[in-house]
Amino acid sequence: MLEPSIVKDEEVEYLIKDVYEMYGYDFSEYSRASFKRRVNRICLIDRFTSFAELRYTLMNDPEYLKRFIEEITVNVTEMFRDPQFFKTLREKILPQLGTYPLIRIWVAGCSTGEEAYSMAILLKEANLYHKSLIYGTDLNPSVLETARAGVFPLQQMKLYSENYMESGGKKDFSEYYTANYDSAKFDKSLQEKLILSTHNLVSDSSFNSFQLIICRNVLIYFDRGLQERVFRLFDNSLENLGFLALGAKETLRFSKLDKNFHQIDDQRIWKKLDHN
Amino acid sequence: MMQAENTDTEMVVIGGSAGSLQVILEMIKNLKENLQFPIVLVLHRKAHSTNILQTLLQQFISAEVVEIDDKSEIENGKLYIVPADYHLLFENKKTMSLDSSEKMNYSRPSIDVTFRSAAEVFGENLVGILLSGANADGVEGLYYIKKNKGRVWIQDPETAEVNFMPKQAVEEIDYDRIIKPEDLANYINQL
Repeated sequence: MLEPSIVKDEEVEYLIKDVYEMYGYDFSEYSRASFKRRVNRICLIDRFTSFAELRYTLMNDPEYLKRFIEEITVNVTEMFRDPQFFKTLREKILPQLGTYPLIRIWVAGCSTGEEAYSMAILLKEANLYHKSLIYGTDLNPSVLETARAGVFPLQQMKLYSENYMESGGKKDFSEYYTANYDSAKFDKSLQEKLILSTHNLVSDSSFNSFQLIICRNVLIYFDRGLQERVFRLFDNSLENLGFLALGAKETLRFSKLDKNFHQIDDQRIWKKLDHN
Repeated sequence: MMQAENTDTEMVVIGGSAGSLQVILEMIKNLKENLQFPIVLVLHRKAHSTNILQTLLQQFISAEVVEIDDKSEIENGKLYIVPADYHLLFENKKTMSLDSSEKMNYSRPSIDVTFRSAAEVFGENLVGILLSGANADGVEGLYYIKKNKGRVWIQDPETAEVNFMPKQAVEEIDYDRIIKPEDLANYINQL
């Protein structure tokens, strides 16, 4: 069933202003179409019958903010999503990264960590894991807790295993986890090189330099102005000849920075040109 | 029930599932050139499908067929395909956004999601068309299109390879036209 429209356009603007003034989370440059759907959705699942009720709860119950952030941001992700993308990483990008003494990778907007774990598996299989660090960041602290636990629903493993094989994986995927009732706990070694931390792409700055930044299906929730700022943040955080990987339908084409990058094949991976 | 056909059309959104591809193919072969509005296709398909649909459709039409990228600008005369595994939303009359949130009606893309977003943005300047399919996705979206004074066309369930979707729609929605596949292009050409 479709959500009824509980919240009106101007009310969305009030809400964004309130949340920013009270808690410092800035959603003002999020894509309105998607944000409004999320606000309506949260009203529906948390049974608010009016906008006023949602606003009151949000303003008077700081505990509820956590829930709000969790539901307003989209945390749909999977391991080896778009297997062809991971195949390209495996075959074309990792061999180039292998020449560095220390490989630093940033998975920006990592949500519950499925892509960070996928990266760890790729690096292991390329024998590069020992000299790699994977930074996984998200604005939402509770998804990072899930990422830290490394426990995912067992029912997903069939899909992940198929994705893994399609991405060129040669092992038995089940070697990477231990099944327990309805959950799959991923091998501890996949966390050894994983650094998880909160980071808000809207308001936080560059914190390191990387050879590969992966940010997939995050920028679709931002308007073009914010996308451009985040591209600049990524550009500032990428070493020369480093790579930027976006979601299957995200593009650098509309950005001013496009000219500083070169797209790899038909994949959504761009290489930063050496321009210093 | 029939609305005056002199309302400007700024957007045509077509939703379909099982059995709709043949209808789409027949339609695009007969569309006239230089339509003064874009057409957006929301078709259920496999999550990891590649751009094969774009390649297929492009063989039969001179207008450009585009699989939508996030924040693409909308241009008249083009045929847009919603990519597999994303919902399509309209930010305004000029910009489209993709969204990878939860499936609706077991579907991503969901026809309801796009119909509804289009209804809010284009209002009476929208034509929503629902074709053959086995799922209820799209029916509520048509309801929103009507509510926002847009026009609703439904494939004649008698002609649908899988009639569940259009049959539900015909029963529940105050539609403007029931259409046979061979007439679809013609009606669009007259908009």
